[in-house]
Amino acid sequence: MTVALPDPAFAGREYPATPAYSVGREKVREFAAAVGAQHPAHHDLEVARGLGYADVVAPATFAVVVAQRAEQQYVADPAAGIDFSRVVHADERFTHHRPIVAGDELVTVLHVDSVMHRAGIAMVTTRSEIFAVGADGDREPVSTVVSTLAVRGEGK
Amino acid sequence: MTEAVSVGAPALEDLAVGDVVATRTLELDRPRLVRYAGASGDFNRIHWDEAFATSVGLPNVIAHGMLTMGAAVGVVEDWAGDPGAVVDYQTRFTRPVPVPADGAAAVEVTATVGAIDAEARTVRVDLTVVHEGVKVLGKAQAVVRL
Repeated sequence: MTVALPDPAFAGREYPATPAYSVGREKVREFAAAVGAQHPAHHDLEVARGLGYADVVAPATFAVVVAQRAEQQYVADPAAGIDFSRVVHADERFTHHRPIVAGDELVTVLHVDSVMHRAGIAMVTTRSEIFAVGADGDREPVSTVVSTLAVRGEGK
Repeated sequence: MTEAVSVGAPALEDLAVGDVVATRTLELDRPRLVRYAGASGDFNRIHWDEAFATSVGLPNVIAHGMLTMGAAVGVVEDWAGDPGAVVDYQTRFTRPVPVPADGAAAVEVTATVGAIDAEARTVRVDLTVVHEGVKVLGKAQAVVRL
């Protein structure tokens, strides 16, 4: 059986902005509880407001929920050639331009930054640029999520 | 080396490279993995189906790397006194954390001051994240604005 590696021609691609992800207060609390984030600003509205936030604050890795949806546009595309049974998460980076809070309406522009083959393994790096959409339609940069997947080729 | 007691935000001027600012032991068990799968939307079977995980060559069900990453940074948020102060957080996933059917996998987190930028008012906190004596995250670094 021939195992195809991801198509390098996808490098440099940019996808259209996703539909908005609405950050719910209970979703922030649920995610915070799941990672064990104990700081009350994730859970208690009054504490969050006391720190100057409009609503409860998402944990530092919450943006992965938003980014992974955007990444599906690429990784679930059969033409991209990514066999998910051969994928290992290699690295992840979050850069927050401002914290995500409940009530945010977030749209994501996905970029395929690189697709590199080396010794039968492909390294695929995506970048999700997450923006908050204001009532006037303006986009404010919120988070940049860079994720690298390692895809094992045949015999690896 | 100092053990910080978190009362409000730490003062940048009081910190030195090498200070251990927080430690925590994470207990990762199967219910925790299922809970994270639901909260994050990552339903990959390797994180909850032992028969599937072993069929693809893993020693057992393994924790989501993103769960380990997400759980480890909690000590930094608590130390900073404000979760929104974590402006950058990155890691490599170097080793999986197998999670047994019974009991839990213990993961030890140590947060150390790695660098201080007095001009930008930021501190880089380096996280050492260890399971059974082996680092499971590599270059785990959180940048905190103080």
